[in-house]
Amino acid sequence: MGWFDRLKKGITTATSSKKEAPDGMWIKCKKCKGTFTKEELEKELYVCPKCDYHLPIGSEEYTKFLFTGDTQKLFENLKSYDFLEFTDLKSYQDRLEKATKATGLSDAITVVTGKIQRYPVTAAIMDFRFIGGSMGSVVGEKIARAIDYCIEQRTPLLIISKSGGARMMESAFSLMQMAKTSAKLSQLAKAGVPFFSLMTDPTTGGVSASYAMLGDINIAEPNALIGFAGPRVIKDVIKKDLPEGFQSSEYLLEHGFLDMVVHRKDLKKTLKDLLSYFESPDVTPTNKKLVEEIAVVKGKA
Amino acid sequence: MENMVFLDFEKPLEGLFEQLAKLEEVSEKGDVDMSDTVKELKNKIKKTQKSIYSDLSPWQKVQLSRHPQRPYSLFYIEKMFKKATELHGDRLNGDDHAMVGFLANFDGRTVVVIGQQKGATTKERQYRNFGMANPEGYRKALRLMKLAEKFNFPIITLVDTPGAHCGLEAEEHGQAAAIAQNMFEMAQLRVPIISVVIGEGASGGAIGLALADRVFMMEYTWFTVISPESCSSILWRSWEYKETAAELLKLTSEDMLSFGLIDGVIKEPVGGAHFAQAAAATAVKKAIKEALNQLVDMDPDERIQQRIEKYSKMGRFIDEAVAE
Repeated sequence: MGWFDRLKKGITTATSSKKEAPDGMWIKCKKCKGTFTKEELEKELYVCPKCDYHLPIGSEEYTKFLFTGDTQKLFENLKSYDFLEFTDLKSYQDRLEKATKATGLSDAITVVTGKIQRYPVTAAIMDFRFIGGSMGSVVGEKIARAIDYCIEQRTPLLIISKSGGARMMESAFSLMQMAKTSAKLSQLAKAGVPFFSLMTDPTTGGVSASYAMLGDINIAEPNALIGFAGPRVIKDVIKKDLPEGFQSSEYLLEHGFLDMVVHRKDLKKTLKDLLSYFESPDVTPTNKKLVEEIAVVKGKA
Repeated sequence: MENMVFLDFEKPLEGLFEQLAKLEEVSEKGDVDMSDTVKELKNKIKKTQKSIYSDLSPWQKVQLSRHPQRPYSLFYIEKMFKKATELHGDRLNGDDHAMVGFLANFDGRTVVVIGQQKGATTKERQYRNFGMANPEGYRKALRLMKLAEKFNFPIITLVDTPGAHCGLEAEEHGQAAAIAQNMFEMAQLRVPIISVVIGEGASGGAIGLALADRVFMMEYTWFTVISPESCSSILWRSWEYKETAAELLKLTSEDMLSFGLIDGVIKEPVGGAHFAQAAAATAVKKAIKEALNQLVDMDPDERIQQRIEKYSKMGRFIDEAVAE
């Protein structure tokens, strides 16, 4: 018998109420186990002051430190639903409701338009906290609409990926989002609007195998896991330990799939510099015909 | 047919085929006229086949898509074209044996045909890497598609893969990038593209070859984001729920057509493509020919626009701005 009796068995705090540390609370670095206050980390853009580990952050944090001045969220009216009635251990509808409640987000991606310094940009930013950042119909549709918006407004597109891949609970519909986003990006390319892809930890599966890898400029945060198959799957297949640093940002840079690995603290400046190059007077003029075509298609829908 | 392989739910057929073989042997010797009995037995086989095949579960259809005697890409290519010449290599790093590509004569018209290829024997399966292509395969496919575009040849792709290969080199050589690049380029190719899922249509490995003006699935195939086995292992942490997963995923040709995610289903002969292979090839050829006739005379810009529009519409969600 202990001194105190537990009234209830097990820990009953819901995961949702654990995740968000209230102001003034301590946050632990996953890598060096150092603890820091939230304010401290916010100032550091959630990069561990001790070991430089980039703590995972979401659309809100990226929007806050990348954009200058006012931003506007787009397409928040799009919501996922359980159209296949997909129930494994939990129903998809339950997962959606829980994720919405826990995160306050409408889905695993948020589209924001605004400016980085003086440069207009439209960003689609993924949130891992929303069902593992999985890509379903809403993620695909928001990206598609963001692309139309970028073509019409002629603002460059930034996608910040953070996802385990396609959303299984939408089955083939999630698979088709790979085709849909890639096809839409081909229109953006035709219109001569630049696309910057930023991959953060993790970017795998159907997301890496579609829009994430299709940037005119491919960027990654340091030491992010980026790949087609997850490391555990590959380990199971080859039945050997994986080499040190396999599928990390630095590894991908070395193998030719990234233009650069950028520290979070340098991200804003890097993006600003990149955006400035694409304002050159020689850049491809807007493809008027394509803008009209898209307007026609949207009119039909 | 010699050495027929029967899946568990096809077992009622096994005894009947054995009887038939014996009867035919006796008949051949010519002592007794058995033709009526043979005819009767053949009818019985057909009836049994019909009753088995009219009531298949999604998992049974998945099993049929992997039937060891199901014809693979090379069989269809040999049957459908008057002439076909294989081309090799991605011009970058290698030649992937899980992905085959041909210049072919399709009733007088030159086409480029690309397919994922599985193997029938252990040795062949290894050589073909079980139909799991590496980035070299996807890049070989893209190289051949660009060749087709250059000379205005329509493109036909045959999809049959348990997934793109997962491995060390596959990652090092950019599996994700290769698949993404294929879809990106296929969206804008100025020639008609027709894809047929002839077996397994698993995930990125399949869609990386299947962004097309017309996508068909043969009747007993599947096409979705994950195999039922992997789905079971991820969601239930056990391989035991593959049958449930197959149902939940709605991965059959019938489901996919009803969702509007594919353009047509190619009916298979009674007994499945593995039972009547030549008839299966005829059915596939007919579907491709009809689609091609609709596509070849279209204006390329119009065709590209329709292609992209088709994919843009794929997705189900609630639009609250519209709902209000």
